[in-house]
Amino acid sequence: MNVDLISILGNFYVLTLIKLGLVAGVLLTALAYLQWIERKVIAHIQLRVGPTRVGPHGLLQPLADTIKLLTKEDLMPSHVNKFFYVLAPMVAVFFALSAIAVIPFGPKINVFGIETYMQLSDLNIGILFLLALSGMGVYGIALAGWSSNNKYSLIGGLRSSAQMISYELPMALAIASPLLLAGSLSLREIAESQAGFMLGFIPRWSIFQMPAPQLMAFVLFMIAGFAETNRIPFDLPEAENELVAGFHTEYSSMKFASFFMAEYANMVTICCLATLLFLGGWYPIVPSPVADYIPTLVHLAGGGMLIFHGLQPARKWDKYTMPVFGVAFLAVGLLFLVPFLQPILLPLFWFISKVGILLFLFIWVRATLPRFRYDQLMHFAWAFMFPVSVVHLFVTAFLVALLK
Amino acid sequence: MPPIPLPTAVPLTYYLILSAILFALGVAGFLFRKSLITVFMSIELMLNAVNLTFVTFSYQHKQVDGHLFTFFVMVVAAAEAAVGLAIILTVFKNRGTLAVDEIDSLKL
Amino acid sequence: MDAILFFLFAAIAVVSAINVVVQRHPISSALSLVGVMGSLAVLYLLLGAEFIAAAQMIVYAGAIMVLFVFVIMLLNAGAEKSPRKGWILTAVAMPLLVLFLGMVSYIIQRGFPNAPLVVFGQFTGGSPKDVGMALFTRYLLPFEITSVLILIAIIGAVVLARKEME
Repeated sequence: MNVDLISILGNFYVLTLIKLGLVAGVLLTALAYLQWIERKVIAHIQLRVGPTRVGPHGLLQPLADTIKLLTKEDLMPSHVNKFFYVLAPMVAVFFALSAIAVIPFGPKINVFGIETYMQLSDLNIGILFLLALSGMGVYGIALAGWSSNNKYSLIGGLRSSAQMISYELPMALAIASPLLLAGSLSLREIAESQAGFMLGFIPRWSIFQMPAPQLMAFVLFMIAGFAETNRIPFDLPEAENELVAGFHTEYSSMKFASFFMAEYANMVTICCLATLLFLGGWYPIVPSPVADYIPTLVHLAGGGMLIFHGLQPARKWDKYTMPVFGVAFLAVGLLFLVPFLQPILLPLFWFISKVGILLFLFIWVRATLPRFRYDQLMHFAWAFMFPVSVVHLFVTAFLVALLK
Repeated sequence: MPPIPLPTAVPLTYYLILSAILFALGVAGFLFRKSLITVFMSIELMLNAVNLTFVTFSYQHKQVDGHLFTFFVMVVAAAEAAVGLAIILTVFKNRGTLAVDEIDSLKL
Repeated sequence: MDAILFFLFAAIAVVSAINVVVQRHPISSALSLVGVMGSLAVLYLLLGAEFIAAAQMIVYAGAIMVLFVFVIMLLNAGAEKSPRKGWILTAVAMPLLVLFLGMVSYIIQRGFPNAPLVVFGQFTGGSPKDVGMALFTRYLLPFEITSVLILIAIIGAVVLARKEME
C-alpha cells in the first residue's frame, strides 16, 4: 500500500500537479500579502500606520480586499471595444503568472524517496522563456489602453509599449553578462554555478564572482526591472496626475484586480530572476556550519521581539496577538534545526529572504523617489542605460575570455 | 469495431503542407487587403511560413543550418519592420490615409 | 502526444492566419498574427528548434508585432471600408487558392514518399549552443552583414520618422 502510494506520487504528471498546486497557492497568497506589506511599509516610511482595522495589524486586509474586488459590480463601459477590453487583463495576468513555471526555488530534494527539483520545469532556455513572456506582457497593457477608447488610456498604453520596448534592451544586455560567467541558459544551472566560496568566505555569487564581478549589471538589471514592471519612478503609463489612471482607467472589479496582480507577479518574477542571476539563488551568504544556524537565530530573534512587545502592549489587542505570532516564529525557527527538514527549508529560507529583500527595495523606492518626466525616461534608457550595458557586456566578455 | 489507433506522430510533409497553407493565406491577404499596414502584416505571415519550411528541412537533414536561415530572416524582418513602419507613418502623415488604392501618385 | 500537439497548434495557426486576412480592423489582424507566431513557436519546439522558438517569441511576437500594434494605435487606423473588389473576385479566387493548395500538397506528398515521422526529442541540434557555434564560425560573414543591415535600418527609420526641420 505504502509502496503503491509512493510510486503514484513519483509519477511525473502527479508530481507536477502537486508541485503546481503548491507553487500556485503560495504565489497567489504571496501576491495578496505583498499588497498588505507594501501598504504597511509605505505607511511607516511616511509616518502613518497603514491598514489596522481588519484583523490584528490589518493582517486580514488582503482577504477583505479580495472579497471586495470579487463582489464589486463589473462595469462594462458602453464605448469600449468589448472583445479586446475583456481580453487585455487576461493576457496581462496570464503572461505574468506563467513566469513562475521556470523559476527554481532550491536544489534537488528527496521527500520519502521521491527525488525532485524544487522547480516546476527546468527549461534549458529558461532565460529566453522569461524574456519572451516579458515581451508578451506588453500586449496586455497596450490592448487595455487601446480598447478603452479613452485618450488618457491610449496615451498610457502607448507610453507603456514604448517604455517596455526601450528598457527590454538594456535588461537583456544586463542579463547577458552573468550568463557569460555561468555558461548556461538554464536558470537552475546558472544558480548552481554560483555555489561555493572564494578564499573561504566570499560567496561566489555573480555580483562578487571573479574574474568579472557583476555589481554594475545587477544595478542596471534592477533599474530596467523597475521600468519593465511600470513601478515608480517609471510608472508613466499610470501617472495619475497626468493620465487619470493610465491604461486601467476604465477597468473595475476583477479586471482591475488582474492588472494589479500582474504588476505584483512581474515584480516577484524580476526579484526571483535577480536573485538567481546575481545573488546566488538559494546559496547562503556564509559557509555551511554557520549558515545552517542563521535562519533559526533570525526566527528566534523575531519571536523574542514579538513576545517582548506583547508583554508591554502598546495597543489593546497586542497582548494577545503578539505572543501568538512570537510563539509561531519560535516554532518555525526550531523547525530549521530538524535534520530531516533542513535540506528543504534552508535553501528555501535563503531564496525567499533574498527575494524578500529585493521586494522591500521595490517598495522602499516607491515611497522615496518622484516620477520621471517622459522625455527624461526615454533619454535615460537610450543615452545612459543602453551604452553602459553594452560597455559592461564588452568588459565582462573580455575578462571572461582572458581569465577563465 | 476495433478502436482506430491514434497517430502518435505526424510525418514531415504535414509541416510542409501547413507552411504552404500559411503562405497561400499570406498571398491572399497581400492581394485582397487594402490597408497598407495589413498588406505589410501579410508579408510577415509569408515570411513566417517560409521559416517553418526552413526549420522542417533542418529537422529532416538533422543539421542546424535551417535554423540559421530562419534567424537571418527574423533579423531582416526586424529591419524591414522598422523601415517599413517608418514609411507607413510618413505616408499617413502626408496623405492622411492608409488605403493602397488611394496612394497612387508619386507626387502630392 | 506529438500528433495531438501538432494538429492543435496547426489548427490554431491556420485559423489565426485566416483571421489575419478576413478581419477588418488592423488591430485584430495584428493580434491574430501574434497567434500564428505563438503556435509556430510551439511547432518549432516540436521540431527541436528551441532557440528559434524562443527567438520567434522574443523578436517576432515581442518586438516586431508590438511595433505594429504601436503604429496602429498611434495612427488610430480605423477599420477598412468594405473592399470594393466584389464577390466575383472572391468567387474566382477561392477555388484557385484551394486548387493551388491541393497541387502543392500533392507535390509535397509525391516529393517525399517516405517522409520521416517528426518525433519530439529526436533532433536536439537546435540548442542555443549549436546555433551560436554555427553562427560564429560558418555563418560569421552573413552575421556581420546583418549587423550592418540593422544599422542602416535604424538610421533609415530615424531619418524617415524625424520631424521636418524648418
